[in-house]
Amino acid sequence: MPKRILRVNMNNLEAKFEDFPADFAALGGRALTSTIVEKEVDPLCHPLGANNKLVIAPGLVTGTLAPSSGRLSVGCKSPLTGGIKEANAGTPFSQQLAKMRIAAIILEGKHKGSEYYTLKVTMDKAEFTSADKWVGKGLYDTYQSLFKEYGDKVGICGVGIAAELLGASSGICFNDPEGLPSRYAGRGGVGAVMASKGLKFIVVDDTGAPGVEILNEEAFKEGAQKLRKALTTHDVTKPGGALNSYGTSVLVNIINEAGGLPQRNFSAGQDDRSEKVSGEVKAEIIKERGGKRPHACNPGCIIQCSEVWCKPGGKDPVGVLEYESVWALGPNCGIYDLDDVGELNRACNDLGLDTIEAGGMMGVAMEGGLANFGDGKKALKLLDEVKNKTPLGRILANGTAFTAQAMGVTRVPVVKGQSLPAYDPRAIKGIGVTYATTPQGADHTAGYAIATEIMGVGGTADPMDTSKADLSRNLQVATAAIDATGYCLFIAFAVLDIPEGLEGVVDTLNGVLGANLTVADVPGYGQSIIDVERKFNKAAGFTEKDDRLPEFFLKEKLAPHNTVFDVTDEELDRVWGP
Amino acid sequence: MTENNLITITIKLFANLRELGPAKTIEKFQKDTTVQVILDKYQLPFKEMKLIILINGKPHITPEYILKDGDVLAIFPPLAGG
Ligand code: SF4
Repeated sequence: MPKRILRVNMNNLEAKFEDFPADFAALGGRALTSTIVEKEVDPLCHPLGANNKLVIAPGLVTGTLAPSSGRLSVGCKSPLTGGIKEANAGTPFSQQLAKMRIAAIILEGKHKGSEYYTLKVTMDKAEFTSADKWVGKGLYDTYQSLFKEYGDKVGICGVGIAAELLGASSGICFNDPEGLPSRYAGRGGVGAVMASKGLKFIVVDDTGAPGVEILNEEAFKEGAQKLRKALTTHDVTKPGGALNSYGTSVLVNIINEAGGLPQRNFSAGQDDRSEKVSGEVKAEIIKERGGKRPHACNPGCIIQCSEVWCKPGGKDPVGVLEYESVWALGPNCGIYDLDDVGELNRACNDLGLDTIEAGGMMGVAMEGGLANFGDGKKALKLLDEVKNKTPLGRILANGTAFTAQAMGVTRVPVVKGQSLPAYDPRAIKGIGVTYATTPQGADHTAGYAIATEIMGVGGTADPMDTSKADLSRNLQVATAAIDATGYCLFIAFAVLDIPEGLEGVVDTLNGVLGANLTVADVPGYGQSIIDVERKFNKAAGFTEKDDRLPEFFLKEKLAPHNTVFDVTDEELDRVWGP
Repeated sequence: MTENNLITITIKLFANLRELGPAKTIEKFQKDTTVQVILDKYQLPFKEMKLIILINGKPHITPEYILKDGDVLAIFPPLAGG
């Protein structure tokens, strides 16, 4: 059985399987979502209107036994940035889609009425039922009920109250292996696009799925073996290594030491209290409380950076508290209490909010006087405004830039309208080049220069050096390629240092596709994805002026290094320029 | 040895290196002490793995670095994230 596309027309609630075009054969994940969006979506359309489309695509090797490959991409025109969007998540849902040989789900049109629907997808059918009983409800209770209704083997993605408000900071929530609503394709308001069409949940049941077709078993097996070896030997990714033992929050202390952990809406780069929300402290508490650590966000991950945070006694599991989330809802708000951060993260998951955008928003809300920095309880109350769908809640659900404008705040940490993640570009310049120039809006995962600038993974670079166009471009291109494969980006830490690991990645692709790619083909493949995304953005009205950081990064010095972002505009334009 | 020949160094260890020494300590060393001396003192596994060493927030420090009075030395096991 060949791969298929499931095309869902929300105008008339029709869903049908289509043939997967032969010229898309080498496309998966981000390569596929961005290609379809560029081909089928008018760049000038309203992101929340009938002419936008939402595309969900597992990666090329997702659903196979290749390690750490259970990721998927969600693409559309973003209501937050106004440009093309790819949001990425790790979840069993992606593996189920891939095993059912569904290369992409394309949602189009817009249901006329005000009702919401659930789409249930099985091997040969896709059917709609009303989802109205879940409107206004939190996702934790809702996912529990949905798993009761559909059985605990299904995969679920859905949107919450923030998306019902069409908030530009709403994500699409995928279940983790325990069924918790905690794995987010978070960024860029993808949740609002799904909700705008009248769709609230997609439930996939892969009963009878044939599994992923592998055209060259031998190449595949050999590749998976090489990659597994790299992941289990590299100090960062191996069992008992830092990611496995402490999760992504192991970064809190090192970025704080490096003076690049933004505090209180990007007004300082270091604070000793950050230790209290570090990965070291969190791992200790999780152990005490009987949560889970390590944990895989999808079956088959070797790295297992994930976890389940909970209340004392193992109660009320939240899911993972990622570094970015801990930072956004913690130090960026002057909050240094993990229980406050945990409850804020729970509220975001429950409402369907992107934690990075929500934390950025909370930082400007605090600066604008809606709460004092450090007041976690008041921050939770503010998120209740979203839950209660008040006018203030509608403002907050639209993210950092929108809230800053409403509150008269001028220190607005966004690029292309999207909130900056957890590294201050004044202390670590290469990541600033990525924030400025990725087609996605400020996004650390788009070209993670931190690995080279701070950790010495994939070479070393001085974080204060301002010549970073080449570093950022190389990483952005490699990342785009990885995002197409369905491998977790974290495999990069191992394969950047271990050449056989990278060969293994390419071998597994050759195995699945029956192709003869080499490592030398990877940059060109990645570049072609970025080209498609930049083409869309250009047609949507973006120019080089949009590839800049906000003014305050160029004027206000950041303690403790007392530096500004001094990468020149010429250097920024050199990333994609001639 | 006079007081003038001594330098004060803040040493911070992170993640599982905390099994080998204190999370934070302030110690006096002789002038011209290198980072290597501290790696040896706490038996940090610098030969087995690429430890990440920062001085005063500056990364990519090597064991040969000669410590100066008031330096803050932060040592991490190999790590990354995102
Ligand atoms: S490394 Fe972490 S984020 Fe990546 S697939 Fe594994 S558990 Fe998920």
